[in-house]
Amino acid sequence: MTLCMTMCLGDYVPVGQGLCVSVHVRLCVPINLEREDATCMGVWNCIYLTLYLSVAEGAWYCGKGPELGIRRPEFKFWLCHLIVVWSLVNPFTSLSLSFLMCKMRRMDLSYFQLWHLLCSLHPLAMGLLLDSHRRRALARLLLRLNTPLCVVSYLAGVFWFLGLAFSPLTQNTYISENAMGSTMVEEQFEGGEHALNFARDFTAQRRKTGSLPVAWLERTMRSVGLEVYSQSFSRTLPFPDETHERYMVSGTNVYGILRAPRAASTESLVLVVPSSPETLNAQAVGLLLSLAAYFRSQIYWAKDIIFLVTEHDLLGTEAWLEAYHDVNITGMQSSALQGRAGAIQAAVALELNSDVVTSLDVAVEGLNGQLPNLDLLNLFHAFCQKEALLCTLQGKLQHSDWASLGGSLHGLQTLMLMVLRQASGRPHGPHGLFLRYHVEAITLRGINSFRQYKYDMTAVGKTLEGMFRKLNNLLERLHQSYFFYLLPSLSRFVSIGLYMPAIGFLLFIPGLKALELWVKLNKADFGPEEQLGPNHSLVQPFGQDARGVALTPLVAPVLISQATGLALYLLPVMGQHVAAQHFPVAEAEAVVLTLLAIYVAGLALPHSTHRVVSSTPRGPDSGWMALKLVALLYLAIQLGCISLFNFSLGFLLAVTMVPAAALTQPSGPRFLYAVLLVLVSPGATLLGSLFLWRELQEAPLTLAEGWQLFLSALAQGVLDHHLYGALLFPLLSLGLYPCWLLFWNVLFWK
Amino acid sequence: MAMAAPLVLHLLLALLLGLGGQSRAEPERDSLREELVLTPLPSGDVSATFQFRTRWDSELQREGVSHYRLFPKVLGQLISKYSVQELHLSLTQGFWRTRFWGQPFLQAPAGAELWVWFQNSVADVDKSWKELSNILSGIFCASLNFIDSTNTVTPTASFKPLGLANGTNHHFLRYAVLPREVVCTENLTPWKKLLPCSSKAGLSVLLKAERLFHTSYHSQAVHIRPVCRDAHCVSVSWELRQTLTVVFDAYTTGQGKKDWSLFRMFSRTITEACPLASQSYVYVDISRNGQENESLEVSPPPTSTYQAVILGDRKTYAVYDLLNLATFSGSRSLNLQLKWRQLQDIGSQLVPFLHAQRYVSGYGLQKGELSTVLHNTHPYRAFPVLLLETVPWYLRLYVHTLAITTKGKENKPSYIHYQPAQDRLRPHLLEMLIQLPANSVTKVSIQFERALLKWTEYTPDPNHGFYVSPSVLSALVPNLVGAKPANWEESPLFSTMFPTSDSSSYFVRLYTEPLLVNLPTPDFSMPYNVICLTCTVVAVCYGSFYNLLTRTFHLEEPKRSRLVRWLANIIRRIRGVPPV
Repeated sequence: MTLCMTMCLGDYVPVGQGLCVSVHVRLCVPINLEREDATCMGVWNCIYLTLYLSVAEGAWYCGKGPELGIRRPEFKFWLCHLIVVWSLVNPFTSLSLSFLMCKMRRMDLSYFQLWHLLCSLHPLAMGLLLDSHRRRALARLLLRLNTPLCVVSYLAGVFWFLGLAFSPLTQNTYISENAMGSTMVEEQFEGGEHALNFARDFTAQRRKTGSLPVAWLERTMRSVGLEVYSQSFSRTLPFPDETHERYMVSGTNVYGILRAPRAASTESLVLVVPSSPETLNAQAVGLLLSLAAYFRSQIYWAKDIIFLVTEHDLLGTEAWLEAYHDVNITGMQSSALQGRAGAIQAAVALELNSDVVTSLDVAVEGLNGQLPNLDLLNLFHAFCQKEALLCTLQGKLQHSDWASLGGSLHGLQTLMLMVLRQASGRPHGPHGLFLRYHVEAITLRGINSFRQYKYDMTAVGKTLEGMFRKLNNLLERLHQSYFFYLLPSLSRFVSIGLYMPAIGFLLFIPGLKALELWVKLNKADFGPEEQLGPNHSLVQPFGQDARGVALTPLVAPVLISQATGLALYLLPVMGQHVAAQHFPVAEAEAVVLTLLAIYVAGLALPHSTHRVVSSTPRGPDSGWMALKLVALLYLAIQLGCISLFNFSLGFLLAVTMVPAAALTQPSGPRFLYAVLLVLVSPGATLLGSLFLWRELQEAPLTLAEGWQLFLSALAQGVLDHHLYGALLFPLLSLGLYPCWLLFWNVLFWK
Repeated sequence: MAMAAPLVLHLLLALLLGLGGQSRAEPERDSLREELVLTPLPSGDVSATFQFRTRWDSELQREGVSHYRLFPKVLGQLISKYSVQELHLSLTQGFWRTRFWGQPFLQAPAGAELWVWFQNSVADVDKSWKELSNILSGIFCASLNFIDSTNTVTPTASFKPLGLANGTNHHFLRYAVLPREVVCTENLTPWKKLLPCSSKAGLSVLLKAERLFHTSYHSQAVHIRPVCRDAHCVSVSWELRQTLTVVFDAYTTGQGKKDWSLFRMFSRTITEACPLASQSYVYVDISRNGQENESLEVSPPPTSTYQAVILGDRKTYAVYDLLNLATFSGSRSLNLQLKWRQLQDIGSQLVPFLHAQRYVSGYGLQKGELSTVLHNTHPYRAFPVLLLETVPWYLRLYVHTLAITTKGKENKPSYIHYQPAQDRLRPHLLEMLIQLPANSVTKVSIQFERALLKWTEYTPDPNHGFYVSPSVLSALVPNLVGAKPANWEESPLFSTMFPTSDSSSYFVRLYTEPLLVNLPTPDFSMPYNVICLTCTVVAVCYGSFYNLLTRTFHLEEPKRSRLVRWLANIIRRIRGVPPV
């Protein structure tokens, strides 16, 4: 049908495309929706379809006009314009319709609408670009409106993001997974006291042995009827970790498997408690053992349950996960696992350090900004409500009145905290490491603050019991709900379809600027109209070589900046011993200081290579314009890719780097530009984020504290990359920093 | 006509008499023997194994056998119709944990397993196999009808006939496992109905579904094979063994205590033997791995004990003969009880010589690795293991990555048979004979790529994962103690199932756990998205191209590109417009 229609439409093909695309998109939309929405959309589709068909018919007549004896050229003209207007109107109809639906049906603005928007714009663009008249007009328009468009787009992006916490863009969470639906059972865990006894024993044993009391744990787990195994591991860090005070780490993980009756050990769930010298998590270990004893005497388990106690918190978890999946990603030395229990379906990490808790905090952000399926969080939230527990997200309680301005602002604060934590790409708890293996996981932290009302272990245990029973019911891996979301509070979320436009608006700016530069570089194409005849510019798209971009002068800056990036990535860790020998600093400090030194040294690199290399002058400005064009495209591509897998990081970088990148040029107030550019460099963004983070947590930093925190964050970032495979460090040093250097180069081109 | 009727009657009478005479001359004897073995397992759990042996001295393969007594008619007819040489079917829920429970009498893989030897006379084995599995599916209410070419293999060495056989041409063997099969009461009921006493009398009284499915492991099986009728082995008898093994979790049922009784396990007691049975025994394993016997106490005290070397170890059984009235002398029913005098430490248990573990390694949805780890814990004897792996076609094995390592060194298999898979037709089959050195761990690993299925080929729950059937290990494991070959017809239990010629080792067949592998799964609204996107791309590309081709080019500038003119002229020629 598509092809037939396109062929019928004769020489006004863009219309045909637009129609076909829109028809297809329209036809496909309802399938993705819920039933009521589908019928509702179905009606709209019919209307759309009829409209389109009538227009198509008109266009067909129009194309075949002369043959059919219709001699009304103005009809064709009119029709074309109608279609252009229609293409313009269509996306807005589509958008507004979606918003309507959002409001009415709690529906998500799906990608189809966005796609539709783009597709509807396509005929317009094609129509404009393929015609030299219109192309010239568009170019002029682009040049004239470029700056206002950029400003509008930037503001739209920022305000869209700020608006994410407000009610039309957030939705209430709901459990999508059928198997975890309504519950009929009552939690019967009563082992709170038991758990505290275990915890006291554990603390005593821990003190006696000085490390994880492996033998005691094995004995206790065996006595409650588990199959017990242990795993030893060791890892030498690339450089000493000063925050955790460790360098050569060796430890033992202990785990016990509860075998489900009449199951062949194909699926399992994990309850993991990290224990390290700083945070003992004795109460969590106690609760784990007590839960194990209780779970063991139940008969309803369909999946094996692994009770895991890891030493050296995340390192132990990483070692265990690598051994369980028999891979070696990070250079961890560990013994092979003796007992396994099939594919892990879900995991819950527990951190408790007090006998009573006032609230439970949940962490979702994992390695590289990965998030667990939203259903797992919903499950936790459901049990919070059922057990009447206080549950927090990012350490923030939910505001009582969501609809009020205060509530929304509170939500925005929580959302900002989440964005900052997600952007850091660190695993915020042991659960973060499970996500790589496609195991949905969250971390629960018991908080004991000064609030009066406290919950005992039994309440926490009941919550866990309920969660595990629900997870036990799962027929499939959690997949029904969202994997990409932002959370302004525990009960509300923003889906990917709604937050992506924010970054879309921001990334529109480099595109616009690049287009402007391109147009300027090919200036003669779009000269005043009287020089070129109205109908004869067809040659240009095919054979232009007189003008264009000279790439030779760009090679040197691009290579130099990439090499600096590589040095930034490799040298600090490789050269730590050399640095420690020659300067009175420790290895960890040496790494950080080398990092900063190379970073700053990058600014002082030669910026006038083009004077040596370039031979054919193409105008005074063409050199830096070309470099800026390349840099802008490079930036846009990088940010686009980053925002696909870690929206927060992409957005944070885009919101800072894009305006500076767009403004940079080697003329005008260059000092101002330089200051701006330094302020938005990735390193400065990190520093700023730290201050913002603490500000949002209502624990503002002084400048000195901030600097210390910044240095330790740098060291942690490098360590995270080497220990867990976090991508932030290589991403910044190999991708964004060189790109930023290119802009620096542009600034000092002359 | 009137004369003819008495003649026919005479003929019929003569025929009947003749037949009767014949049967009197050579009676088709059949017998039933029922056994129950109760074994306290090293982990503290209790396993109960029932075995019902029906033996029939009849030429079943000959057509025309119509009078059935103890042997179930439905199975007899099946054997004669499809010329079955041997049939082994097991339905299992759960997994026998060899490492903690010790060597099983007869392990079965989780799910359904069926293997059949056909007679040499069968022309189209695949057709018979298909029909047979469908009929069995009906008889046992199991999804055996899902057995097709994609999960059937013909192992060359792992499965030998267990009964009398003329030849062992493996082309007449078919083997299939359905790891996904869920076994429940609807499978138990037809199995019970095959028993001569059904569940009305004898040991089968204990087979109460509610209790049998309240266990850690449940496995029921049917084995049919031809055996020698007597020591001379001139003629053939048919043997049907129905076995059922359950493992009771002593921990959850006993509130931490490991004592048990028949009533607590089955919520029934034994009142009598099956009247049709010629033998009816209950054995209780009271051997304590060479330690003192005082640690456990059985009540009522057994009438006799029986000592034998079973599965490589010397065992002592307390024997209760149900046909002997003295067994019931104290009370009207027999409620066996076992009490532990002192709690033994679970930690110091004897690990069996051979056990194995299997898992999928790697992460992500593109590649992965199947690893099988084989443990030989014998302190000084090496022994070979025959490993059979059946992998579905949608895991594309990279055979060059097959690695067998023992103690860090490569271990070359002495026999290897690999049959590659064909997409949607047959699975991979990999058989290897591997020598396991003494006290060693051997890892067999092979990498695979996860295939992208067609979107109609996914199961209704694709995110659950796809099952990979367990690997099968067949081995002759060295005995712990020397044994003299017993008279295998008379000895109880399963030792008669796998006759051993060598006294220093015993045959064991182990299965590893099945695996659950996630395949790349589309979002199932995705096909529509794909259609939509593809159409759009086609429309956009085609449209642009078509636009380029059909546009009327007016070139007024003298400087023209040749390419354009060339293109334009071609198009003009096509359109029938004079060229520029």
